[in-house]
Amino acid sequence: MTKDIYVLIEHVQGKVADISYIMLAAARELAEGTGGEVVGILLGHEAQGLAETLAADKVLYGDHPALAEFTPDAYQKVLEKLIPEKEPRAVLFGSTTIGADVVGTLSSQLDIPLVDSCVSVSADSNVISQICGGKIMVESALEGTTSFIAMIPGHYKVESGQSDAGPEVTPIELPALDDLRVTLRQYIEPEIGDVDITQEDVLIGVGRGIQTEDNIEWIEELADLLGAEICASRPIVDQGWLPTSRMVGKSGQSVKPKLYLSLGISGAPEHVEGMAGSEMVIAVNMDPDAPIFDVAKYGVEFDLFDLIDPLMDKIEETS
Amino acid sequence: MTKIVVLAKLVPDLVEELEIAPDGKALDMMWLRLLINEFDNHAIEQAVLLKEAVGGEVTIISPDAEGVDDMLFTTAAKGADKLIKLVGDFEDMPNNHALASAFAKVAKEEQPDLILTGVQANNDLDGAIGPLVAKELDMPYVGYISGVTLEEGGVIARKEYPGGLIGEMEVKLPAVLGIQASEEPPRYVAISKVRQMMKSAAIDEHDVPELADTGGLPVNRMYLPEAAERAEMIEGDEDEIAAKLVELFQEIGVM
Repeated sequence: MTKDIYVLIEHVQGKVADISYIMLAAARELAEGTGGEVVGILLGHEAQGLAETLAADKVLYGDHPALAEFTPDAYQKVLEKLIPEKEPRAVLFGSTTIGADVVGTLSSQLDIPLVDSCVSVSADSNVISQICGGKIMVESALEGTTSFIAMIPGHYKVESGQSDAGPEVTPIELPALDDLRVTLRQYIEPEIGDVDITQEDVLIGVGRGIQTEDNIEWIEELADLLGAEICASRPIVDQGWLPTSRMVGKSGQSVKPKLYLSLGISGAPEHVEGMAGSEMVIAVNMDPDAPIFDVAKYGVEFDLFDLIDPLMDKIEETS
Repeated sequence: MTKIVVLAKLVPDLVEELEIAPDGKALDMMWLRLLINEFDNHAIEQAVLLKEAVGGEVTIISPDAEGVDDMLFTTAAKGADKLIKLVGDFEDMPNNHALASAFAKVAKEEQPDLILTGVQANNDLDGAIGPLVAKELDMPYVGYISGVTLEEGGVIARKEYPGGLIGEMEVKLPAVLGIQASEEPPRYVAISKVRQMMKSAAIDEHDVPELADTGGLPVNRMYLPEAAERAEMIEGDEDEIAAKLVELFQEIGVM
C-alpha cells in the first residue's frame, strides 16, 4: 500500500463540483500525516482542462466518450481496476449523487472498508463522521488497508482545495467500457421558479416543524413584512407545499443570504449543505438538540406558532 | 409481471433524545424509538405507484426490530403483496454491509426485476444499503432517484443533481434503485385498514444465520456534538424573543 490519498473528482456539465475541492482539502490534511501525495482521479471526455483548478499533487485522467458525464456503471468499471493497481492509503468520494452511487459498490466488490458522511479527517488518520442527521458524531480510525471515505461538506472550505498551480496530469489506461447497464439519456434543466432564492438577501426557511400546508400562508405574511422570500427543506417540497425551485439543500439550491431565518427545520446535513454559506442564521426549533443550532449564530428554543404573531407585531411596530 | 422488491428498515427516531451506549462506541439501543426510514417509505410508495401503473407484485423485506410487524402490515395496507421479515441477531443494528448481504440472499429468491430502497438512512455509517445489495446481486445501481418509468427491458430513472438538475438514466433490468423521493408523497392509510391486514396478511420469516461485522472502519468513539459549536440561545417569553430578533434584524441591516 502507498501513502497517497486519492480523491474522485466530481463534475457535472463541464463544471467541477464544490465537493471535489472540499475533498482535496481533506485529502491534504490526511496526506500530511501519511507523508503521501494528494492524487485526483478525473474521468471525463475532453475534460482534461477541469484538472487546472485542483489543488492536487497530480491528477490521473481517464478519457472516454462513455465518461463524458457521470454514470455509475462506467465509473465503477474504471475504479475497480484502478484502485487495486494503485493501492492508495485512502480514497475520498463525495457522499453525493455521484460518489454515493459507486463507493458502496466498490467497497463491497474490492472488500475495502467504508465510512460514510465524513465531515473531517486528521493527520493522525482519524475520521469524524455524522449519523442520525448530525445528532451523533463518530470517530473512526483508518485501518492498515486501503480505506474509503465518503465526505459531506461542512468543515473544509472550497477555496482550500483550489489552486492555480495546475497539477501534473497523467493519462490512465481504461478497461473496456461497452455493455454498460446504465446510460445517461439526457439532462433536464430545472424549471425556473417565480423567484431565484439564490439571489435573495433575506430568506425564511421552513421545515417539517410548520406542520401543515396552511401555515405556509402565515409564514408568507411574515416574509412580506421582512421583505423576505420563503424557501424550504426537502419534506415540505416532497409534500408539494412549495415548488422544487424553493428547495434548499443537497438536491436543491445553495443559498447565501444575509439572513437565513430557519423555522422548524431540524438541520439534517442534506439541508445544511445548501444554507451553511448564509451570513447569519437564526434558528427557531422546539428541539434543543436540533443540529440546526450547530449551524445557527442565534437559536430560539420555542414553539414557533407562539412566536410568529408577536414577531410580526414587533416588526410592524418598529418599521 | 414486474416483480418489485423493496428493502426497508427501521431507524432511530431523531425526535427522541439519543444516547451513547456505555462502551462509548455505539448508540444506546435500550430506549431508542424506531420508525421506518423515511426514504424507504418513499421507496415503498414508488413501488406501489409502479404496481398501480403497470401491474406487478410488490414484496417488502425488512430486518426484525421492535415495531417491524406493524410497519410491514402498514405496507400491505398500502398495496404490498408479500411481507418478509429477516429474523436473526438484529438487535444491535448490524452494519449495512452485513444487512445488505442478508437482504441480497432473500431478495434473490424472489427473482425481482427491480429492487427499490431508500437512497440513505440516518444510521448508514458504512454506506447506503442499495449499492451494497446491487454488488451482491451483480445488478446495476443508481441512487438519488425521484421518478421511475418502466420501459421494455429497463427503466428510466430520474436522478437528482444539485441545483435541481435531473439526469434521465436508462437502466437495464434487473437493477437496484436508491429512492430519494416517490413521485407522489407516501400515502396515508387508516389504522383500521392496517388492523385488517394484521388479520388477513401473513409475514414470512426468513432466518439469517450469521451477520459478519466487517465493511466499516473500527469506531473509536461516538459522542454528541460539542456544545462550543452551538448557537447563542435567545431566552425569554415570546415578546422578549420577538424584540431581540427585531434588534438582530436591524443590526444586520435587513430591516
